[in-house]
Amino acid sequence: MDNIAGSKSSLRWALHLSVAFLVVLWLIPTVGLLVSSFRTTDQISTGGWWRALMTAEHNLTLRSAGPDAQTQVEGIYVIEGNLSKNDKALDIRVWGVSSRAIYAFEPGETAKLRKGGTIVVSADGSYRMENTQPFTGSRGVRVFVSSALPPEFTLDNYHKVLFDPKNVEGMGQAFLTTMIVTIPATIIPILIAAFAAYALAWMQFPGRALLVAFIVGLLVVPLQLALIPLLKLHLNIGIGKGFIGVWLAHTAFGMPLAIYLLRNYMVGLPKDIIENARIDGATDFQIFMKLIVPLSFPALASFAIFQFLWTWNDLLVAKVFLIDSSGQTVVMTAKLVEMLGTRGGNWEILATSAFVSIVVPLVVFFSLQKYLVRGLLAGSVK
Amino acid sequence: MHPALQGLMTIVGGVSVCLSYYFISNWLLDNVFCPAKGKYVSRNINRATVIRPWLFLAPAMSVLCVYLAYPVIETFRLSFMERQGAEFVWAGLDNYKQMVSEEKFWEALKNNILWLVIVPAASTVMGLMAAQLTDRISWGNIAKSLIFMPMAISFVGASVIWKLVYDTRPIDQEQIGLLNALYLFFGGDAPQTWVTIPFWNNLFLMVVLVWIQTGFAMVILSAAIRSIPEETIEAAILDGANPWQVFFKIKVPQIKGTILVVWTTVTITVLKVFDIVYAMTNGQWNTQILANYMFDKLFRANDWGVGSASAMVIMLLVTPILVWNVYNARQEQQ
Repeated sequence: MDNIAGSKSSLRWALHLSVAFLVVLWLIPTVGLLVSSFRTTDQISTGGWWRALMTAEHNLTLRSAGPDAQTQVEGIYVIEGNLSKNDKALDIRVWGVSSRAIYAFEPGETAKLRKGGTIVVSADGSYRMENTQPFTGSRGVRVFVSSALPPEFTLDNYHKVLFDPKNVEGMGQAFLTTMIVTIPATIIPILIAAFAAYALAWMQFPGRALLVAFIVGLLVVPLQLALIPLLKLHLNIGIGKGFIGVWLAHTAFGMPLAIYLLRNYMVGLPKDIIENARIDGATDFQIFMKLIVPLSFPALASFAIFQFLWTWNDLLVAKVFLIDSSGQTVVMTAKLVEMLGTRGGNWEILATSAFVSIVVPLVVFFSLQKYLVRGLLAGSVK
Repeated sequence: MHPALQGLMTIVGGVSVCLSYYFISNWLLDNVFCPAKGKYVSRNINRATVIRPWLFLAPAMSVLCVYLAYPVIETFRLSFMERQGAEFVWAGLDNYKQMVSEEKFWEALKNNILWLVIVPAASTVMGLMAAQLTDRISWGNIAKSLIFMPMAISFVGASVIWKLVYDTRPIDQEQIGLLNALYLFFGGDAPQTWVTIPFWNNLFLMVVLVWIQTGFAMVILSAAIRSIPEETIEAAILDGANPWQVFFKIKVPQIKGTILVVWTTVTITVLKVFDIVYAMTNGQWNTQILANYMFDKLFRANDWGVGSASAMVIMLLVTPILVWNVYNARQEQQ
């Protein structure tokens, strides 16, 4: 097809470039978050993630040692030391002693102090103050430095979010809760739906077409309609809010798509095999277990992926049917929303937590994409 | 009991209960109620054939009825009721009246219509573009897989991702949000707080959903493009059609059906999505939508009546698609 199109090479280049542009555009937001999750707090606040590989500059307000540290050397009063608060060496580009002129001096230059005396600051942060009179007052002088921050990547954020026992976010706990919600809510609907799909595909009974239409209708019923009546129901029959409620809800909300997908797939299975098995005396139950289930594996897999992604990523169902005031059963999505509100500025924690919740679906997505695509193609109502 | 253990037990317990239900009920049917032997063989076999489908269907159908069909009717009923303590009393159209008198509701409805127009259109067009562009290059599958990736990310995760893009710092600090950095780089005078600018903030929220849904549209449309018979394209090229004409006059008309399917599927997603608005603005700064309005009524205002009424509005918006889908499914079966 390409050959007869006689496409010009310049056109091919434009094609490659535009696809590359599209891909970059689609990836950039996620990459930004991923990079941010490996940066330190200082790094994040001093420059965008796209500068993560470059040396950044940040402005610090530091203070020299107080007058009590002064010594007298050959008639001059001297205070010496290093401005760095932790033992990390600074890499000072410019500095100043007044908040109105913070870029006034290069390292090694001498500045006059307002209260008398001079100060020399060198690039590594060490300074020397001299005065002919004794330094007075209770505190040291303020020095404004603009220091270079070399690129730095760290796993500390992940450690903090997942394993730190003092960590109030409890993302580790939320991870576990999400797992507990997701796994039963993925397996049980498959089982129930497979039997129903088999009946709808291969058994003869009156009202079958109507039932299929009923399921197609339920496919698009918005979740919002189910919330109030079901919450009322759960509270009335004593399930209340908890895992059982959320499992049941997820099972039900996945059911129309499951039956629809599996039925469409099973209808397409070769008729001969099933008829032969019937003639050989197999019961429907045997046909289902020994023939249909193994043959339908691709469809079962694609629905499993759908349901897994949907339950893992869900916020609404968990909020309505699971999360109570005890705060012990918060899923990751809910935790993230909470953090967006309370720690909106703490991007290192936010980015890391978000990535912890995203990484499992991404692994599933990239490893089982084939089944996901197949399921999508079969599942969109034609 | 540790919740992980409880979860494990549910998996094992739930699955074995399900399996044993099917196993035992079928066994009972074959051996106790309608055994295929003895005096009434043929009658029993016929009866078993009539009953068995319902054994297979019963769990799925009961779950569907209790958790989806009943709630639709119950929500409809509750939208005419008012909760007083634990009791529900008839309130007529009061809930609807209260709803339409609220400014927030009209804002939500207006925004939702905006979402319904823009998001499906943008996703479908972007998806079609991506499908067509990636169709004919060697690394197309990798490109597709990367564009498709946001589909796996939760709406909340996507909201965090985009919140970083839209982040705002005071003007004297380095911007860490990409959008503001670009805005300042291309001559903007001051960093903007993007999600608070009325009207435009709606578009910034929609971008998140378009970003997620484009991959879906692309996958479906790309399969459709591949299934176009090559002869039609060859013939067009031989007749001297240029690539644009081939695309718009030969390909697009042949995949019209699929485009419609993608459009409606995204439309349904738009009506259901509440996470993005909830996580990013929670309906402040004129970004309310119906799904979030309903959640707000349900949990913050604790007003189940108006909550139900607004859920019915969402249902009303979905109904045309529902009818169309059911109609198509019936046609297909005949």
